[in-house]
Amino acid sequence: MRNLVEAIFLQDPPDVPGGVGPAAMDDGAALPFGNRWLVLTTDSYVVKPLFFPGGDIGRLAVCGTVNDLAMMGATEVLGLTCSVLIEEGFARADLERVQASIRAACRDADVRILTGDTKVMAHGELDGLVLNTAGVALCDHVVRDCGLQPGDRLIVTGTIGDHGMAIAALRADLGIEGDLRSDVAPLRDLVAQALAAGGQGIVAMKDPTRGGVASALYEMAHKSGVTLLLDGPAIPLRDPVRATAELLGIDPLHVANEGKALIGVRPDALDNVLAALRNHPLGRDAAVIGTAQAGRAGDLVLDTGVGRRLLREPEGEPLPRIC
Amino acid sequence: MADAVHRLEFRNRDQVLRMASRLEQVVRRVGSPIAVMHVCGTHEQAIARFGLRDLLPAGLDVVMGPGCPVCVTDQPEVDEGVALARQGVVLATYGDMLRVPGTAGSLADARAAGARIEVVYSIVQAAELARQTAEEIVFFATGFETTAVTTAAVLCGEFPPNFSVLSAHKYIPPVMEIVAEMPDCRIQGFLAAGHAAAITGWGVFEAFAQHHRLPVVVAGFEPLDILSGLLVLCEAIAAGHTGVTNCFPRCVTREGNRVAQDVLWRAFRPIGGRWRGIAHVPNGNLRLRDTFAHVDARCRFNIDLTGLWQFAAPSLAASCICGDILAGRTTPAACDLFGNACTPTDPVGACMVSTEGTCRIWHEYGGRRSMGATP
Repeated sequence: MRNLVEAIFLQDPPDVPGGVGPAAMDDGAALPFGNRWLVLTTDSYVVKPLFFPGGDIGRLAVCGTVNDLAMMGATEVLGLTCSVLIEEGFARADLERVQASIRAACRDADVRILTGDTKVMAHGELDGLVLNTAGVALCDHVVRDCGLQPGDRLIVTGTIGDHGMAIAALRADLGIEGDLRSDVAPLRDLVAQALAAGGQGIVAMKDPTRGGVASALYEMAHKSGVTLLLDGPAIPLRDPVRATAELLGIDPLHVANEGKALIGVRPDALDNVLAALRNHPLGRDAAVIGTAQAGRAGDLVLDTGVGRRLLREPEGEPLPRIC
Repeated sequence: MADAVHRLEFRNRDQVLRMASRLEQVVRRVGSPIAVMHVCGTHEQAIARFGLRDLLPAGLDVVMGPGCPVCVTDQPEVDEGVALARQGVVLATYGDMLRVPGTAGSLADARAAGARIEVVYSIVQAAELARQTAEEIVFFATGFETTAVTTAAVLCGEFPPNFSVLSAHKYIPPVMEIVAEMPDCRIQGFLAAGHAAAITGWGVFEAFAQHHRLPVVVAGFEPLDILSGLLVLCEAIAAGHTGVTNCFPRCVTREGNRVAQDVLWRAFRPIGGRWRGIAHVPNGNLRLRDTFAHVDARCRFNIDLTGLWQFAAPSLAASCICGDILAGRTTPAACDLFGNACTPTDPVGACMVSTEGTCRIWHEYGGRRSMGATP
């Protein structure tokens, strides 16, 4: 996907003097705005099934965009847009259910949808429902995904793999029992608390959505020019997620999270940020999972608790194995 | 419950480190390099996933043999699947099979061109698909005796009339003979796969061990299972012992699973056939018996391969060394294509396709021995 974007859409990226533009491939763009920053981001949402334990496409579309803004340090959200593409014949009751969920998510995140667009496509031209949201927010300091230096510590704000494994289990249709639920949640308030506690000691943020923790960490490490040493046993993982991952042969580090952030902090800010995160309902399981080191840019070295190995970002969709 | 996983004894770090240090002592005592082979993709997966290579002594070479069923599925077998799918049946198969290159493209290529190919976790799911439709559903069955048993179990039970099987199943014990008899074989002992042995029983290796005067150790798949298997194997090599040792007694018996064996051999007969990159393996392929001809896709359909063979094989494939890697003669590090022209997204050789393939595993987890000092 990244290759495709670079090859097609970033051939001639616009110049964004003093700001963050598309060439940075960060979670959003940032423009100087007086003595502050204006941050904007957009994302389209497709998910199968549309409704899943813990959420649905509507909640995903609000949280995804709010979280992308938050990952840039922009928690003062001015508003969102929402476009809806509907396949002809899509059940009205489902549409109402999605809309109710969008409203509820907006309440949770304390944001408003200011404008939108609705299109109906002919049957077969679209698979059910596609949502697109965009968001605009302000902040005093932009947090990038490329600010790690050797010695910086990495925090994950909670358990990983919950969203991706809930979806994978549904798709595999194996009737897996257990508490598998998406973690989809707006991180705006959690990140605001962390920024208040850590200030400019927070040097990098990214939300590990598609491609999971492995993919997000690779991007952070690669763009920052560091190697990351990861402490496998410290990575918080719920037992049902771990068990399903083993059963399906899918690495929980490779699947999406929709309510977690990876936060790079200077060592002297670590304790304050961790305490602030753990004090928030969405950050109770926050943990330090790694350290940046000098080394080859983008290398992720995972200490499994037994030995060390490289951790790669996933290529393509995770597919079931034979045995 | 929260600590359940941390209590998993077979991943206990202290015991792992103690075991690794004992292994090092044994290898040092032997004095010369030791080469052993495992014949199981799940072993390689576990070794890589847990970072065990990082702990192995420098004098011990653990070679992955032809233990990935996807990798050894020969091109003509993939071609049969591609041809059938193009002929309009719905082909259901395991996810690993999609990108395996055939003579003229893979199943993924066929799907992109409009063929109906469904990814399933098991034959049970494929049969369920058949129940929900009137279309012909063919299950493209690959895998060793572990998976072949599940295919046999469904075929010996009830299934819908529009369901059939294209078997590319393979049987492991004969290929161990082939590897042991290779003139340049440097393998001094075998680590046998615990899950396969759970079905066949460890007794299946006794004649092999005696004939080739080699030690065979049956091992499981947790870090301590693998390390203890390697330790026992290296101790046997050091002492010059031959024979079979069962290091996975919590799952494996000498006789194995009689019910599974009965079902397996009721549905399948072993025949000779090519394994990709290896050789013709006598009795290495599992084909459906004549009594199952009605569910054998090879009997049910006229699979027309001629249309595929007008395509030339990709030129890159000529420099692919998957065969030597599968036979344990070399490693991906020696391949010019590895990580460059051949990646998981765009594989040239079969070993890069499956998550059990040596190249894919090396690409994913790093083949390097040392990742730095453990903190």
